[in-house]
Amino acid sequence: MLPSAQYLSPTNIFAPISTPADTIFGLSIFVLAVTGAIFLVVFSLLVYAAVKFRLRPGDDSREPAQIYGSAQVELAWTVIPVLIVVVLFLAAARVIASIQNAVPPQGAIHVTVIGHQYWWEYRYPDLKVVTANELHVPVSDPAHPTPTFLTLLSADTDHSFWVPRLAGKTDLIPNHPNHMWIDPHQTGLYLGQCSQYCGVQHAMMLLRVYVDTRADFDRWVAQQSQPAAVNEVASEGRRIFETTACVNCHTVAGTPAHGRFGPDLTHLMSRDTIASGATRNTHEKLRAWIRDPNVLKPGCLMPAMGLSDPQIDAVTSYMETLR
Amino acid sequence: MSTGSIAWDATAGTTRKPLVETLHDWVTTVDHKRLGIMYVLFALLFLVIGGVEAIIMRIQLMRPLNNFVSPEVFNRMFTMHGTTMIFFVAMPLVFGFANYLVPIMIGARDMAFPRLNAFSFWMTALGGLLLYSSFIGGDGLYGAGNAPDVGWFAYAPLTSQTFSPGHSTDFWTLALLVSGVGSIGTAINLVTTILCMRCPGMTLGRMPLFAWLNFVMGGLVILAVSPLTAAQLMLMVDRYMGGHFFDTQAGGSAVMWMHFFWVFGHPEVYVLVIPAFGIASEVIPVFSRKAIFGYPVMVGATVAIGFISMSVWAHHMFTVGMTSGANTFFVMTTMAIAVPTGIKIFNWLGTMWGGKIHFRVPMMFCVAFLFQFLIAGLTGVMLAAAPFDWQLTASYFVIAHFHYVIVGGILFTLFAGFYYWFPKVTGRMYHERLGQLHFWLFFIGFHLTFDLMHVPGILGMPRRIYTYEPGRGWEIWNVLVSVGTLFQAVGILVFAANLIWSYFRGAVAGNDPWDAWTLEWTTSSPPPAYNFATIPEVHSRRPLWDLKHPEDPDWKYE
Repeated sequence: MLPSAQYLSPTNIFAPISTPADTIFGLSIFVLAVTGAIFLVVFSLLVYAAVKFRLRPGDDSREPAQIYGSAQVELAWTVIPVLIVVVLFLAAARVIASIQNAVPPQGAIHVTVIGHQYWWEYRYPDLKVVTANELHVPVSDPAHPTPTFLTLLSADTDHSFWVPRLAGKTDLIPNHPNHMWIDPHQTGLYLGQCSQYCGVQHAMMLLRVYVDTRADFDRWVAQQSQPAAVNEVASEGRRIFETTACVNCHTVAGTPAHGRFGPDLTHLMSRDTIASGATRNTHEKLRAWIRDPNVLKPGCLMPAMGLSDPQIDAVTSYMETLR
Repeated sequence: MSTGSIAWDATAGTTRKPLVETLHDWVTTVDHKRLGIMYVLFALLFLVIGGVEAIIMRIQLMRPLNNFVSPEVFNRMFTMHGTTMIFFVAMPLVFGFANYLVPIMIGARDMAFPRLNAFSFWMTALGGLLLYSSFIGGDGLYGAGNAPDVGWFAYAPLTSQTFSPGHSTDFWTLALLVSGVGSIGTAINLVTTILCMRCPGMTLGRMPLFAWLNFVMGGLVILAVSPLTAAQLMLMVDRYMGGHFFDTQAGGSAVMWMHFFWVFGHPEVYVLVIPAFGIASEVIPVFSRKAIFGYPVMVGATVAIGFISMSVWAHHMFTVGMTSGANTFFVMTTMAIAVPTGIKIFNWLGTMWGGKIHFRVPMMFCVAFLFQFLIAGLTGVMLAAAPFDWQLTASYFVIAHFHYVIVGGILFTLFAGFYYWFPKVTGRMYHERLGQLHFWLFFIGFHLTFDLMHVPGILGMPRRIYTYEPGRGWEIWNVLVSVGTLFQAVGILVFAANLIWSYFRGAVAGNDPWDAWTLEWTTSSPPPAYNFATIPEVHSRRPLWDLKHPEDPDWKYE
């Protein structure tokens, strides 16, 4: 990592904290050095030629000597670039193999990532956890690596999973399962976003990856595996939720809500953000979202349900019990 | 525009026809020069439209969470900007230059198929009109109103009926289908003209590089535009006849569309840049007062670029989940193309070396081209290293890279070509000071916009987002990038003013204002409809050099 690179931007590709991003960073520095050297040489030649051979006031009108070419010079500036290209090619090929051909070790976490217009669904098949928009993974100690392997699917159009500090991007394409992996070495929150145009609200399909300590991650898994909390205070909101179209798209585990078109809401309040990271998960924002999602995120596919103010309050209260 | 023909009615005491007849002449013309001029004027009109679309995007991106336009409008703007600039600006510009210049440079009186030539132009024009009529009749992504909004490479399945229920995608498809037919027609015409219509003595080895490069361009268009045109038909079948080529919900393949598009899309870059190389290969020798350095190598490198460019398309697809073997293969082919491209840069440098460089406006644009194309090539090498590409692609870095190619490389040389051949086409010199002003404004604007645009890409800013949240470190870069577009816009206004002013008021140019060496400078400015009263005969690559230096002609050395 370049010193202080992460302060320039939380999504700086030159501040890697995971092996794929770090290997790419090493390669990029090498490629930048080689291309930088080529630039300096050729640019200097260009400036020299433009200055030295420019027409000067008082020059006579005779034509300069006509040179038609030189086989030796042509050979030199063909062979040297070929050698440079071979070196760059081999360096790139090595990194491709090291990243793409990695095999999941024992103890790897497997997550299925499903891209939707315009949010992320995360399913942990081994851990029986389903969540949305905020991916939790354990930190991976290089001595005892616990990398996370992602299987990338799409429910609708093309998307792309890009968290620059963790790895390069990989597309999510319908009918075309893809794979990538990360092994973050530092805990923290890492940002990214969809980087393949997927429709009207492509811009607000944000990615949040929480890298937890192993203990925190296990606690998170245990908590996410619980069924939905039942709270009598919010029974009116629950009734409205379950008797309107909400249940067609959303799941709340242990209730009649089984829809899969929108995010799983079983543990909604455990998430920092709503609307795929577009806004904070506060009471006001949640209420505004339920009233009309298109105000916060124009073009999103969740419709305004046309609820009255008391109904919105009730549904918001119900949502706030889903911890 | 001057018709270039002799007075039609000397007894009336005037050479001016009624406007309707003049228009009729232009609409029905099959003269390659008039068609060339129409291609260029058509492209300039669309350049302004595409530029306005870019400015709308840059205003929106100047501030985080800006509300200058809605996401729907922004999506339309980047789709229309890309489609317009590639298909209705860059391609008509290079076709216009080729149409006007290739027959004269090879000593012919017209293209091989003049009527096909007119047909091709009008197909391209119809395509442009179709694309823009979508603003009236189209309907896009769900709830998104008119005009295409699926991105200029229109990835499946966003273009399917499910996601694009209206007609905006159909306008896009039809526009590209129709203009694609026009492009293929022009390409066949160019290739045939160059193979069959050269004047006596002009062997392939004596042809001006501009003609050689347009020959390679023609071949590439035939190979590259055909799959795109086929893919548009397949998309129409999908949308209206129950086909499932790209319909992922019915088992179709989104990746197949990507292959179809990029097997067109990458050679397309060379379709545009090779004619630009052709302009540089004419301008740099004349203003350095030296023969082109390494002519056979330049031809060989161009042909090599043409062939290799057909095998690199999937470097646009490093992130779609190809096997490591496939990725490695496309790294190899893509990096290989850097070698012939580098050879060309070195040969232009070799041409300048030891010359007497006249820094007139065309040469200023060409030297800037060399500098910028060098950088564009080197960022291209970075993107060719697939793992680096996994970070950089679909970010603002890649936007900066290809604008460096298309604006810094292609548009700069096209400007050089405008100033260089303006006296030939109109008979008038352009205004030198205004030309320099245009150069400096555009040069500063270009670098402000596209140098700095690399940075937000490195800082994780993806392309095609209508807005972004604060705190990502992208704000300042976006402000500066947007400011740069202002300089470019003013530069274009100065350019337009120069063209118009010089057309009416410029000094009379004469046949050969640059003391140049190729056949177009032997005929009058503007050339007569038949180009040459008698078909010339050449003995070397620089027939006018031989004429001007009978004591030391080129044919002694070639």
